[in-house]
Amino acid sequence: MRFEINRESERHLPDKDLQACGLFGVMNIEGKRFGGEMAIKAIVNMRARGNGLGGGYAVYGLYPEYKDYYAMHIMFQDRNMDAKKKVDEFLSRNFDIVYDEEIPTNPEARVMYPPLVWRYFVAPKKKGEDAKFSDDDYVVAKVMHINTSIEDAYVFSSGKDMGVFKGVGFPEDVAEFFMLDELYEGYMWTVHSRFPTNTPGWWGGAHPFSILDWTVVHNGEISSYGTNRRFLEMHGYYCTLFTDTEVMAYAVDLLMRRQGLPIEIVSKIFAAPMWDLIENMDEKKKKLYTTLRMVYAPLLINGPFTVIVAHHGEMFGITDRIRLRPITAGARGDLVFLSSEEAAIRAVSPKLDLAWTPRGGEPVVVRLKRKDHLMSLKESV
Amino acid sequence: MVSSLKFSLRDMFLEGVRPLEKILGYIEVKGEEAVIDASELKHKEVNDLLRYTALNKVKKVEVINVVGQRYIGTRLHIPNPSPRLEIHIKGTPGNDLGAFLDGHRIIVHGNAQDGVGNTMDDGEIVVHGRAGDVVAMSMRGGRIYIRDNVGYRTAIHMKEYVGKIPVLVIGGTAQDFFGEYMAGGRVILLGLSLKEGEKHKAHYIGTGMHGGVIYLRGRVEKYQLGKEVGIVDMEEEDWKFIEEQVRRYCTYFNRDMDKIMEGNFLKLVPVSKRPYGKIYAY
Repeated sequence: MRFEINRESERHLPDKDLQACGLFGVMNIEGKRFGGEMAIKAIVNMRARGNGLGGGYAVYGLYPEYKDYYAMHIMFQDRNMDAKKKVDEFLSRNFDIVYDEEIPTNPEARVMYPPLVWRYFVAPKKKGEDAKFSDDDYVVAKVMHINTSIEDAYVFSSGKDMGVFKGVGFPEDVAEFFMLDELYEGYMWTVHSRFPTNTPGWWGGAHPFSILDWTVVHNGEISSYGTNRRFLEMHGYYCTLFTDTEVMAYAVDLLMRRQGLPIEIVSKIFAAPMWDLIENMDEKKKKLYTTLRMVYAPLLINGPFTVIVAHHGEMFGITDRIRLRPITAGARGDLVFLSSEEAAIRAVSPKLDLAWTPRGGEPVVVRLKRKDHLMSLKESV
Repeated sequence: MVSSLKFSLRDMFLEGVRPLEKILGYIEVKGEEAVIDASELKHKEVNDLLRYTALNKVKKVEVINVVGQRYIGTRLHIPNPSPRLEIHIKGTPGNDLGAFLDGHRIIVHGNAQDGVGNTMDDGEIVVHGRAGDVVAMSMRGGRIYIRDNVGYRTAIHMKEYVGKIPVLVIGGTAQDFFGEYMAGGRVILLGLSLKEGEKHKAHYIGTGMHGGVIYLRGRVEKYQLGKEVGIVDMEEEDWKFIEEQVRRYCTYFNRDMDKIMEGNFLKLVPVSKRPYGKIYAY
């Protein structure tokens, strides 16, 4: 049998998307601050994983001069000044604004339709009913208010001494737009390439997603989004960014900050072991994992994923329990890396003391002044 | 409010790829040998240069400073009787190393990433390090030797046809879904990275397997095996095959053959050729 060849359409771009999201994180476990070069170089190495519709960075140890104040990064879509006015009023009513400015940007950068981006350093001004809230809870409530009630305004970063920078473009374009390699230093950087799942690329939808100092970069698709979102709404978290990863940021805030669970447990809630593996565990473990699966069933994260979650002093990488997305960890001296691909780590640190891949659902936990990342070596390859 | 930006989609694979004549500066040919410096080359450019060497009677190529370039060794179908290339890779090759490999030999001096030997047709890949997920995915011929451990779904849907039987030998251990949906071929897992008496790390070994053979050296519990595989007795032929392959492994990676052969080997084969045949039948 012969196939007819359509001469007119001999060459065409495939309809299939070949990208897969690139993730990278690096921490100096001694807390020494460094610039954005490593994060940028690593994510550029994984260019094939992105598509130019999203890129973003989270930087920790970013604002030492304002480290006692919540640093709010707020974007105003379409440079909507009316939204800015509303936000200014709202913030002045509820916070003491210590300092605010437009985040310096480079107009030459190759990004699409940048919004107006502004940063505010604020301290909570709690009155009446609000006095019973902790500072953190108060800030979460106010962030939710801005995101849900003020059109065209999105708080995309709200932690202390840290910040998120994100937008539409390749990650190196976003870095150029915010001039990350020139202006900032931090002891921990995470970065993401590609764009939000199942939504058009837009500035608020780029990764990392954050609340307070919790940030998440994610590769994959959270098919349990609906269940997770409804559960989080019961705890006062409202999803407004049109994409799945947002639930992960709120879930870690709920479980780790508010309920005080350690990463090691939280990872077993997100990526719970299969029932048939629990069946073969010893009694104590069986009881623990059965309990976790029952109590936190609505926070089981289903579908393929790799995430790097970070907050001050801690960063952890984890995949779904059957590892449908990749992760590699590496260590060299005081630097510990997490990445979608080993090559990206080698691009910034050709020599490594260690390179390893944990079991699916098993976290690699990187902590300041500790060697906890070595715990994940046991079950790794 | 949400602006659709689909029109700005850029091609992250082909954007900026230079024509062959612009990248010849990255290659140095000396008779039958050549060196390619990959540090500034894109995925396609590395393969363009490899193809160039193959067409110019080069037999041995060293690709240095490799850092994540994908599909190295693919697109090298050269009509016989041209010589096959021996490609040495220094650095870390990207995903799908040796995809569709057509009889050439690739030696990686370091670790490899995901998808080594994806749908490889013939030839040999030797990795002096570890490899990532889906090693030998859909492999249909040739041989792969990995010195250390491998990740998830190794040998997924590996296949064979009549005399064309792919071989995969792994020195270390593997993670879950080892031999998943395997349809043919021979896989040997040596477990050299495990401690004395420690069981293999993989769960769901051979899930959905319906062809081929897995030889597993060392310990594994029954619950680690998928429902579709069974353990059968080793026969004379099996020992002969294992010996031949372990000998190669030991030659490539300088290991003690006798010590490896002392270990306990299990032979895993599928229980049924059509494990799901009845599910959708009625």
